[in-house]
Amino acid sequence: MTVHEIAKMTELETVQMEEDRQADRVFCCDMLSIAMARAPEDSVWVTVMGNKNVIAVASLTDVACVVIAEGYDFDQDAVDAAKGKVTLLKSSLPVFETASLIHQKL
Amino acid sequence: MSALVQTYTVDASDFSGAGEASGNVKKTLKTLGFAPDVIRRVSIAMYEAEINMVIHANGGTITVTISPEEICAVFDDVGPGIPDVDQAMQEGWSTATEEVRGLGFGAGMGLPNIKKYADVLDIKTTVGVGTTLTLKFFTR
Repeated sequence: MTVHEIAKMTELETVQMEEDRQADRVFCCDMLSIAMARAPEDSVWVTVMGNKNVIAVASLTDVACVVIAEGYDFDQDAVDAAKGKVTLLKSSLPVFETASLIHQKL
Repeated sequence: MSALVQTYTVDASDFSGAGEASGNVKKTLKTLGFAPDVIRRVSIAMYEAEINMVIHANGGTITVTISPEEICAVFDDVGPGIPDVDQAMQEGWSTATEEVRGLGFGAGMGLPNIKKYADVLDIKTTVGVGTTLTLKFFTR
């Protein structure tokens, strides 16, 4: 499934859209140190963290996109930093439910 | 191809700027056509070392030497040094502050993660003087 197809899910809101790419699994984590070590490339990363460092980690680990859950927002400097690099989506659902819904579609 | 050398300065406590050096190196390696797994290993290990410099070492300098066979990144700081390197190498061990943890760092994964992704990790540290971290990645 592609990131653009995931973004069309009614439960998700698009914050920042980049070029489409394949996504093949879901990864959930809020500690950036752990995400840096374990986030699989081409994964959909679901988190509640929305700071600029999330974008650096997402870009360097080459995840397919980042979904911020629980109705949280990305910081504006994070959205700015993501331009040209990382697709950002938003969900009002809890992390587990967000991840579970995406996982069912993959 | 002769070696390409890049140098970067890392500012103390500049969390939002952290990742600039590793991001630039990633871009350079992509442009030069290095294999994706090499690029990923270099990017992750360099970012961890960069973040460590911001959190623990009052910033410092990074020198990256890129050649077809090897990528070498040297992280130099004049921070407090690491009193017990063996302890610092243990996954989960961290001296990061609550503020740093609030940003999502300080899980004690930095040095273990660098060791996992770099082919060579050399740490020279003196308490009160500083630390030099040398990371090498072989491309073949």
